Amino acid sequence: MTVGFVMLCHAALDRAAQVARFWAEGGCPVVIHVDARVPAHEFGALRRMLADLGTVSFSRRYMCDWGSWSLVAATQAASEQMLALHPDVRHVCLASGSCLPLRPVQELVDYLDARPGTDFIESVTTSDVVWTVGGLNTERFTLRFPFSWKKQRFLFDKYVDLQRRVNFRRSVPKGLVPHLGSQWWCLTRQTLSCILQDPDRALHDRYFRRVWIPDESYFQTLTRAFSTNVESRSLTLSKFDFQGRPHIFYDDHLQLLRRSDCFMARKIWPRADRLYRSFLEGGAAGQIRAEPQPGKIDRLFSKAAERRRRGRAGLYMQSRFPRQDHENGKTSAPYSIFHGFSDLFENFELWLSRAVGGGRAHGHLFAPGRVEFAGGETVFNGALTDRAALRDYNPHMFLTNLIWNTRGERQCFQFSPRDNQAINWFTATDPNAQISVISGAWAVPLFRSNADFADVRAEAARLQRIETEHLAILRSMYVKARVRIWTMADFIENPMEPLQAIIDEISPRATRRLSEAPRMADLTGFGRFLQNLRNQGMQPTLMGDFPADSDPRNAAPLGQRPYLVQ
Amino acid sequence: MVGDWGTYRLRLERKRRLWRAFRRRRELHPVSVRTGQIRRGDILLFCTQRNERIRLPYFLRYYRDLGVNHFFFVDNDSDDGSRDYLAEQADCSLWTTQASYRRARFGVDWLNWLQMRHGHGHWTLVVDPDEFFVYPFCDTRPLGALTDWLDTMSIRSFPAMLLDMYPRGALDAQPYREGQNPIEIACWFDSGNYMISRNPTYRNLWIQGGPRARTMFSEDAAHAPTLNKIPLVKWRRSYCYVSSTHMLLPRGLNLTHDERGGEKPSGCLLHAKFLSTLPAKVEEELTRGEHYAGSLEYRAYADRLKDSPELWCKWSEQYINWRQLEILGLMSKGNWA
Repeated sequence: MTVGFVMLCHAALDRAAQVARFWAEGGCPVVIHVDARVPAHEFGALRRMLADLGTVSFSRRYMCDWGSWSLVAATQAASEQMLALHPDVRHVCLASGSCLPLRPVQELVDYLDARPGTDFIESVTTSDVVWTVGGLNTERFTLRFPFSWKKQRFLFDKYVDLQRRVNFRRSVPKGLVPHLGSQWWCLTRQTLSCILQDPDRALHDRYFRRVWIPDESYFQTLTRAFSTNVESRSLTLSKFDFQGRPHIFYDDHLQLLRRSDCFMARKIWPRADRLYRSFLEGGAAGQIRAEPQPGKIDRLFSKAAERRRRGRAGLYMQSRFPRQDHENGKTSAPYSIFHGFSDLFENFELWLSRAVGGGRAHGHLFAPGRVEFAGGETVFNGALTDRAALRDYNPHMFLTNLIWNTRGERQCFQFSPRDNQAINWFTATDPNAQISVISGAWAVPLFRSNADFADVRAEAARLQRIETEHLAILRSMYVKARVRIWTMADFIENPMEPLQAIIDEISPRATRRLSEAPRMADLTGFGRFLQNLRNQGMQPTLMGDFPADSDPRNAAPLGQRPYLVQ
Repeated sequence: MVGDWGTYRLRLERKRRLWRAFRRRRELHPVSVRTGQIRRGDILLFCTQRNERIRLPYFLRYYRDLGVNHFFFVDNDSDDGSRDYLAEQADCSLWTTQASYRRARFGVDWLNWLQMRHGHGHWTLVVDPDEFFVYPFCDTRPLGALTDWLDTMSIRSFPAMLLDMYPRGALDAQPYREGQNPIEIACWFDSGNYMISRNPTYRNLWIQGGPRARTMFSEDAAHAPTLNKIPLVKWRRSYCYVSSTHMLLPRGLNLTHDERGGEKPSGCLLHAKFLSTLPAKVEEELTRGEHYAGSLEYRAYADRLKDSPELWCKWSEQYINWRQLEILGLMSKGNWA
């Protein structure tokens, strides 16, 4: 007993000839269907190439279009010819001209000899299918599709709409349950002849003629009606991408295909010389072979589909530039913004870099003069520079570039109302951002500055306006960031507890408690300063309550363990 | 949304550009035309060049190895023997012109004409002699594998961002020899300082950044050189390039990026401009004044070359292969696997 191959070819006929020769010389008869569109001289060349092989024959030629009935008609004709000409064939395999056998013919024959009554055909009920193009599942079988999806898309869509509107439904012939699956199958003579010689075949054919993509459903459905033993998988390794187009194999897939232990793969790029040479000429026999394991290849292709659909989070580049709110990750990694901390504490960055350990603590990245990278660097990861003009030309990209370039290292930076505010909406709506705000802390540098009070007053009014706007953003309903806001007065009451909470969130596994508090600026007379602003007609509201005459508690209550659970 | 009126205006603009290219065909004088060799499905390369004799041997070798079948050159009044050299090449067709590069929109009109005349139905690659096309799997799959795949995916255009390459140390420290791979010398690049914005009219992305923006245009970023390019197109005679290969009309060809978070496939053009040959070129181009925006870029080079011609910094990346560029996020495999 042997296996017969039915090949459907329309291009790269020299490769098809190579594969047909491989099977024929391995003792398997081959029936080739060549698309009627192929010019006569090419068809003649193919015939001549295979003229010396007695078991290769050519079936009646149909003009085949993707997803049309003609493909099924061509398969039927070729299969009938196979069954009639070669009585010793027990299994018939449907293959395409771009299929490549990955294992010696004899191994396939042995495999099928061990499973004489089994039909290998992927066949799934419509409700369980997720891969279909165009979202038509059940409707493939209940509507009519006289127009080509590829060439007459407008009419196709309109006609589907019309049928839906008038509630048109075709009824499925009695005894059939619609099934779908890969069109590359391997059926037994018994099942195949049942399908082809069924007294109701004319009825079935008439019905499937108007089903959409009948080559994925005709044999899949009818096999279920006649077969006694269906194994719902294809012996041909064939993967489809997210748009329903087959993946193509190249020379660099050689090892992957070898290790897959599948019997056939499609599609192969016609100029993949190394693949054709290795599998058709190389003596791959003699190895101990196992059941087909397409898992590795599945992973490769599903990763490719995932990359095409979702991409790498936080990456903005020439072929991935998502619209706002379609980003699938505005940035690539979590980062922290400390708003007002460097005003209230002296050398806060230094303290922060010690506290977060593995992270990077920058100064004010959006400062007006220059980008204050950690350690006073002038160039940073990815060759970002400290030039403010370059950063301000596209602040969003500056931030996303910085986070992307430093993947794997937590970035922390200082912020204040004096900085470029262009990124405020972006960071507030980014789930990766951790934003901690001490409101009103911008007043501390003013309080300690030696400027004229009129200038101080004007500057205070400006900064307060900017910070109020920022706080309004951070309190809006659209916020996705982890936001914490304290007034300055609240914060200095007990600075260690909020600091500990922030640091714990940055490095959750660090069990060490903060032993040392950052040193707070000297606030003696700050209340008086705020009162002076008030006296000048400017109302400072963001820093909380600082009585004019009593100095706030200056020293942070060190040694207190804020988390202590009693 | 630009609306019907805007769409119609772009159509008029495209017709006008094609008409311009058609009129300028008379500026091109054939030197050696071998277009009879071209077969169906051949990949064609189009290039304008001026005095690039020293670069041409490696350039031709690189693209022949990739699988380009025929080269179209427009020689803009060279006097260094490059015209004779190209005329001898069996797979090159050569035209020459003394007309103004600037008035031919920096060569775009000439190439638009040649593509209109010879490129119809072919995959066409438009590059400069100092640009080297890198695409996913370019080390294991020829260019034909990419174009076949693009055909099956019904994709008409393929983007490749210009990636400026530069040497470490002074430009003249390692003189470039004829036939040498320039990436051996200029093997450093900036990996993550590119700035992207949308161009609503033509729907392309506008990319700036890299070492030139970092060192020469850091106070005037708006004028930093444009880096987005779409060099590989399945050409129809109704298509035209608008400005260099940065964007095309009809503008659907410019939609080479995904806007819903996915990655489309893309490549890079390694730009080996910064070699020992640059100072002489800058001097020549400044006197000719035939380059974009009053040769603004060349004036910036001249200023920069005077004091410290060092583009390298400690965060520069050394080029290894396309996979490195993929990991860094400068290009993508998309769903090609």
